[in-house]
Amino acid sequence: MSYRLELLLGAGVILALAGSLLIGPAGLLPAESFAALLSGEGPAGLVMREIRLPRAILGALVGAALGLSGAALQGYLRNPLAEPGLIGVTGAASLGAVIALQTGLAAAFTLGLPLAALAGALAAVLLILALAGPRGAALTLILAGIAISALAGAFTALVLNLSPNPYATYEMVFWMMGSLANRSFTHVWLAAPFVVVGGAVLLSLGRSLDALALGEDAAESMGVRLSRLRLALVLGVASSVGAATAVAGGIGFVGLVVPHLLRRAVGSRPSRLLGASALGGALLVLLADIAVRLILPEKDLKLGVLMAIIGAPLFLHLVYRTRRELG
Amino acid sequence: MAEAPARVVSMNLCADQYALLLAGPGQLVSVSHVSRDTVASPYAALAAEVPVNHGGAEEIWLLRPDLVLAHEWSDTRVLAILRRLGIDVLQIPVPEAIAEIPDTVRAYGDALGQSATAELLATAFEQRLADLEFRAAALPPGKTATLYGANGYSAGMTGMAGDILRHAGLLPAGGALFAGGSVPLETLVMEAPDMIITGARYAGWSRSEALLDHPVFDALPAARRLSGPAWACGTPRVLDAVEALLAVREAS
Amino acid sequence: MTLLTLTDLTVRRGDCPVVDGVSFTLGAGEFVGLIGPNGAGKTSLLRGALGLLPHEGHSSVAELPPGPRSRHVAFLPQAREIAWPMQVADLVRLGRHPHDARAKADADAVDRALRRMGLADYAPRLATQLSGGEQARVLIARALAQETPLILADEPVAGLDPAAQIAAARVFADLAGEGHAVLASLHDLGLAARHCTRLLLMDRGRLVADGPPSEVLTPQNLRDVFGITAHFQTGPEGPIFQPLDRVRPQ
Repeated sequence: MSYRLELLLGAGVILALAGSLLIGPAGLLPAESFAALLSGEGPAGLVMREIRLPRAILGALVGAALGLSGAALQGYLRNPLAEPGLIGVTGAASLGAVIALQTGLAAAFTLGLPLAALAGALAAVLLILALAGPRGAALTLILAGIAISALAGAFTALVLNLSPNPYATYEMVFWMMGSLANRSFTHVWLAAPFVVVGGAVLLSLGRSLDALALGEDAAESMGVRLSRLRLALVLGVASSVGAATAVAGGIGFVGLVVPHLLRRAVGSRPSRLLGASALGGALLVLLADIAVRLILPEKDLKLGVLMAIIGAPLFLHLVYRTRRELG
Repeated sequence: MAEAPARVVSMNLCADQYALLLAGPGQLVSVSHVSRDTVASPYAALAAEVPVNHGGAEEIWLLRPDLVLAHEWSDTRVLAILRRLGIDVLQIPVPEAIAEIPDTVRAYGDALGQSATAELLATAFEQRLADLEFRAAALPPGKTATLYGANGYSAGMTGMAGDILRHAGLLPAGGALFAGGSVPLETLVMEAPDMIITGARYAGWSRSEALLDHPVFDALPAARRLSGPAWACGTPRVLDAVEALLAVREAS
Repeated sequence: MTLLTLTDLTVRRGDCPVVDGVSFTLGAGEFVGLIGPNGAGKTSLLRGALGLLPHEGHSSVAELPPGPRSRHVAFLPQAREIAWPMQVADLVRLGRHPHDARAKADADAVDRALRRMGLADYAPRLATQLSGGEQARVLIARALAQETPLILADEPVAGLDPAAQIAAARVFADLAGEGHAVLASLHDLGLAARHCTRLLLMDRGRLVADGPPSEVLTPQNLRDVFGITAHFQTGPEGPIFQPLDRVRPQ
């Protein structure tokens, strides 16, 4: 088996990481930037090490988490519309994060923020699986997702409105659209363990998800333990999406766009789609984060804006293709 | 000069301050609800006893005011209604420089029929300003400073904030920080001012304010100071802000 | 060698037993047809025997842990599900899931399975773009690639054209000849009569007949269980079975 695709994507991620390190309002030349990154000296060193490097790393982490989770959910539900944002997992993770931040849980306890977001995501995944059933029929999946997203969004807005902080009310857009602006290594260290562990769990499910392409009975008869698979999937998705959302807000459509673009290239094998989608997600979010800095450098344009502009038309296309199933 | 208005309502934070300072007993019927906010309101302590309003036309009308104090940018629709109802509405500009403050004090004093009180206040202000300018002149020149608050907002140095810094013998930082608006963290780091003055924090959590917890601040050589209500609205209390900065500089 | 033993297997849907105290054993070399009208419990019997449904009684296969079981028995479900547009060769390779991945052994097994099902030329094609009958053959090949001693298949030949039906039945018979055992539910009694070494006849959850085709497809069984009359004869070209008419229920 040739891993040319993965190598290409990996090279793309490295280039995008470098690009992400080079772009910013400080207007450093590339050579200066990398010298400052290595030396860490002076204001340029601080900009490179404390501002751009964590942002780039977080972009890759968050993108990988979202791409991988989308591919895993789609493999499990055998439905190309399954995406953490569309089915409400991101929204519920946002709610968990907002509750942790506004109640002071996040300040009182280091892991409070990612764990609360994880709990929110977990509740949403469990609810989705209970509502949509094991086969994940498109209509129930999307309807359940709309309901969960709406409910989570409403509660998020309520919690923000109840906050004594006058700025909090205006931050709904961050929790809906996501942003990597002004993130630091604190956020990297908060999210990375959950994304890495959750991602490793999801990557380990590849062969089982392959077998599931033939249906649950066939998969089970081939030795797949369905209950264990389901548990691992739920925890893996909740952990990666929860942690990613806790630090970067609700970035949608990554898990829809990336697996869709890569599926043919990996021969539609869910197992290979997992790794490729993790790389592709990292690449896409890094590129989008570079784009938001180039388009409106000083405005903190939300990542989700760009993702929705790319993702929503694709989503419509997928709905159109599955309209018979939906009808 | 006309007779002093009996019932005065202020519907803006900055007008509130002058009304609270100058109004006679029972003359001030209501101030805006923000005036009790200890983070934003310079004379919040004086507002504790005065009923508050939320700036609605109906609400103001029911207070039966003789005079309404508003900001230049107050809701023009509300002001138009009040004027149509025959109420005097006054919009005295917020001072943009420390030197404008004494005349602003006098203008409010005239409007409230409290000219004598205002004159005392203005004279005391001018005296204190002269003392502080003398202290500032003794400090070594060339140190730079900037404001940097929630959302990376810099108040800009053309207005009152820059004037406060200059009166404390500080040079306003240049570039985007000087121009004001939301300034990226990177730009702040590259500008490397000697002192960064950030806003006081509200209760609860916001991502906008969490920016000020970014670890890069700990790595910056700049001293960090909190601004406070004294910086707001261009009231006589701006001299508290100046004096606090001077005290820090004199101690170091 | 016995490859499957069912003892008093009962599967309930709610309170109602859909498989009711079924016992039999299946040995190497047998191609057994599981027949019975719609709703007789054939699918539930197969799924219960595999342990895919909660059941009472014993199934030697269901009692194996998932790993060893998947190397002992391959299952071809009735629903022909192919979720993603995968290449035929990749799809058939899914049958290698239970085995420790050795690329060469896997590739050989996939090759054998494809050739047995006459699908060698189909390897690079997308399974989802094939006709229903072709997909059915691909899925049989997938089960063959699992290379297990025992194969359970739920209506594997439904929807195939006559040539493909015969070819598939021959494949199963050949496997039995090579020492495997196949248990397949079938609706085509003619095919069952010609190719199976043994038939199991189910009616309303119970096993009502078990034996060679000539002993199971008796006029009385056909009338009582299927409500039909039929012509059944063993001539020089082997057994020939042709349903003739419905019997009016009394």
